[in-house]
Amino acid sequence: MFESVVAGLSGLTHGVSFLVTQGLPNVIMLGVGGVLMYLAIRKGVEPLLLLPIGFGCFLVNIPLSEVMDTGGILKFLYDVGISTEIFPLLIFIGIGAMTDFTPLLENPKILLFGAAGQCGIFLTLLLALSLGFSQLEAVCIGIIGACDGPTAIYVTAQFAPQLLGPISVAAYSYMALVPIIQPPIMHALTSPKERVVRMEVPRESTVSDRTRLLFPIVVTLVTGLIAPKGLPLMGTVMLGNFMKESGVVQRLTGASENEIANIVTLFLGLAIGGTMEGHVFLKPETLAIFGLGFVAICVDTVAGVLLGKLMYLLSGGKINPLIGSAGISAYPMAARVVQMMGQRYDKKNYLLMHAMGANTGGQIGSVMAAAVMLSVLKGMGLI
Amino acid sequence: MDKWSFGFTMTLVGIGGTFITLGLLILLINIFKRLFPVRSDRGSLK
Repeated sequence: MFESVVAGLSGLTHGVSFLVTQGLPNVIMLGVGGVLMYLAIRKGVEPLLLLPIGFGCFLVNIPLSEVMDTGGILKFLYDVGISTEIFPLLIFIGIGAMTDFTPLLENPKILLFGAAGQCGIFLTLLLALSLGFSQLEAVCIGIIGACDGPTAIYVTAQFAPQLLGPISVAAYSYMALVPIIQPPIMHALTSPKERVVRMEVPRESTVSDRTRLLFPIVVTLVTGLIAPKGLPLMGTVMLGNFMKESGVVQRLTGASENEIANIVTLFLGLAIGGTMEGHVFLKPETLAIFGLGFVAICVDTVAGVLLGKLMYLLSGGKINPLIGSAGISAYPMAARVVQMMGQRYDKKNYLLMHAMGANTGGQIGSVMAAAVMLSVLKGMGLI
Repeated sequence: MDKWSFGFTMTLVGIGGTFITLGLLILLINIFKRLFPVRSDRGSLK
């Protein structure tokens, strides 16, 4: 009797004794989980993702937790939604349903900003290679520069699942830090004359309903033909947008952008948090990934603004180079930063519509860049 | 393939492919805007 009581009590102390003897990484990661939850709650940093990620990180780092063991809840969510890549794709349907491409269609040439805003991906890929990451790991790290969480998760889950935790957290964190990272670069690269350029806003829309309806079909077809490996990414974004523009499936559109997106976001966040187990996460590579992610966002911004300056010259001063920085996928945050910066130098300058166009171009550009990379990898025989 | 050949191939084809595809989309959007101007909408959809 006494022995069985002692044995039973020892079962209650295993966790504490593990924490004391070999649990330093767990303690650190419990702190990291706490910081993520603090940032989400008190600072409003991507709360929809960082709160469940933080809590998932908390759960998996409680000593002897079995949530990521076979049959555990986070392992189940990971296997169901991330290994299969279903979660990011379901989120993309919601993103497509939420996105209005009209500002882009009003002025299609600003779609080029969406390409320039992906340059950080490729420079970061080269830097990651120089730091000794493998080819596929470097591709996944570069994708942080897409500034697009679901794309980063989709690619990383396939080719470097061991880096999923740090890459996902870096991608979402830097998306949230766009208002802090971009303004100094925008200021440094533009002249006072360029910053105050006012761009015309058409009084009446030049985009017909038919054009809006055909746009997602054409984008899916063209990008699917050029980069078929990325079709699940672009196809789901455009499915959401097509449902929205068709106007005949409002219940599906509403569910995609609300209930489905919310449920999947919760599960996705928890499952990513589950990958942040201390003994796996706390490595020098994690710090390198965060550093490379920062470089990627900076290079995206530099390339966008430089293309903006080129278009300013070619258009005879009609394009404000500041909108180039919105050619990333952080929507609508990057567009709001452009509007804020424009009004800092001229209170009556309204760049928001054009910046929104560049920003939705960035959404297409980020998915396209990932699709191109996947297809190139396939062409090289590496996947 | 060594890592630098891989890296520079990915960079060149990646940036080039992205720019060319988006450029093609710009062209197609402009064609659709000409084919389906705003006034052609009236009474056709919604």
